[in-house]
Amino acid sequence: MEIDPLIFRLSIFILSIFVGYYVVWSVTPSLHTPLMSVTNAISSVIIVGAIIAGLSGNLESIFNTSSVFGFLAIGLAAINIFGGFLVTQRMLAMYKKKKKDK
Amino acid sequence: MISANLSAIFYLVSGVLFILALRGLSSPETSRQGNLFGILGMVIAIIVTFLSIGNFSNGFIFVLIFILLGGSIGAFIAYKIPMTAMPELVAGFHSLVGLSAVFVAISAFVNPEAFNLGTAGNIKLGSLVEMSIGAAVGAITFSGSVIAFLKLQGIMSGSPITFKGQHPLNAIILISIIVLIYLLCSSQSSEFFWILLGVSFLIGFLLIIPIGGADMPVVISMLNSYSGWAAAGIGFTLENTALIITGALVGSSGAILSYIMCKGMNRSFFNVILGGFGANDDTSKSSSKEQRPVKSGNADDAAFLMKNASSVIIVPGYGMAVAQAQHALREMVDTLKKNDIKVSYAIHPVAGRMPGHMNVLLAEANVPYDEVFELEEINNDFANADVAFVIGANDVTNPVAKTDPQSPIYGMPVLDVEKCKSVLFVKRSLSPGYAGIDNDLFYKENTLMLFADAKKMTEDITKNL
Repeated sequence: MEIDPLIFRLSIFILSIFVGYYVVWSVTPSLHTPLMSVTNAISSVIIVGAIIAGLSGNLESIFNTSSVFGFLAIGLAAINIFGGFLVTQRMLAMYKKKKKDK
Repeated sequence: MISANLSAIFYLVSGVLFILALRGLSSPETSRQGNLFGILGMVIAIIVTFLSIGNFSNGFIFVLIFILLGGSIGAFIAYKIPMTAMPELVAGFHSLVGLSAVFVAISAFVNPEAFNLGTAGNIKLGSLVEMSIGAAVGAITFSGSVIAFLKLQGIMSGSPITFKGQHPLNAIILISIIVLIYLLCSSQSSEFFWILLGVSFLIGFLLIIPIGGADMPVVISMLNSYSGWAAAGIGFTLENTALIITGALVGSSGAILSYIMCKGMNRSFFNVILGGFGANDDTSKSSSKEQRPVKSGNADDAAFLMKNASSVIIVPGYGMAVAQAQHALREMVDTLKKNDIKVSYAIHPVAGRMPGHMNVLLAEANVPYDEVFELEEINNDFANADVAFVIGANDVTNPVAKTDPQSPIYGMPVLDVEKCKSVLFVKRSLSPGYAGIDNDLFYKENTLMLFADAKKMTEDITKNL
């Protein structure tokens, strides 16, 4: 008997939810805004699907319905990736400890 | 071209790096490193995708163009955006995740061969289910986030929009989404796919319009969660581990944040989602018609009180963000500290328009994060503090939440500001806060109201110190 690969993906999915649950509870409340912006950035890993779609054209026609939607999705996801990581970096750079000297 | 197994391993690596990125946020010291892990994970995922396709032909240049185009827009926004506009930014970004999930689903639906999902009109059943769920959730995320963005930006009124039959209508639409997914999977007909998308866009819009401005922290967290589930749905379709892991992480992260925000307001999730809060406040208004005396003062009085204090607790709220008063506030605190007055900041979980909003604004104004405390950490200190300086907060300080079971905010955790020896309350007028109820704190013996713009008042106090 072979196990359907879907079951493996489902296992990864369920376990990741648990990992997410414990990791996110340990995030300090003062960093909740950077948490939102960084989750925004990483969920744009959906760009991998967009790239596959964008390269789905063939030599005769680069542009077909599928690849055009792919290109658009690449653009949107790229805004999010660059914007999300950079704005997170910018925020995190502001969190400083109290200076010892008075 | 690399083998499917090898690329699957690399996707797993980038999934793990994303986990580490979130893990880093457990403290400000490790957070910057965490962000770098996240970037590395993203770079790996993108490179592996190119390598696994191996087709560097004509389309490749367009892929690069769109990455660069989107990337420069994103980078430009990230550098230009003021910290006070962070909620709008995050809402806007959510909408983009949702829309790109929809676009990827459309591509996969019209050209399943490219994704190894079968042929058009004969897509593998499992993939079709996953794809339609991903597309539907993506569409809801998109239109919902657009509404949230418009409300936060003030383009659309922040007050709840309700109409008769709203809840039955939403219920019917939600059921029709399930029916449409069933019909789509049994018939493979593309009409159902497009109708499904249209209906999902519509429900996202309808779900968010009845939710009021101050419930935005919950809404943003919820849409954050949705964008994760949409990504996970697409991840299942594409059989991509990185996407599945990320989707699950983001989905649970958003859900936890929504839970924390709901708890901060002592409201159930359904109560927020069904909306309309703050729209029907006639009952509470009638009981507080009588005029009660308040003491009001000026910057001079406030400066005098603070100069003679030995410890001051600052309670910032959304009003501080609106007035852009965080820098002026920090200057005032610097002056206080020079006079050997102990200053700390108390932050309520739902202060501001998104989780952690106040912390970012204070960090921007160079306030060290170890002077900033959460509600549970600092609430006992109010009794020992000399002055509480409430700037732009209102409902989160209202003692009614502890004393009056009739009040709509009864049971909500509040900051025990009234226990301070004296309270300085910066506010533009006596108007009630978002919850539409009077704040008892205004009328307490030890409260001094400072009627002015938060920024101007803070600057004036600094001059008088």
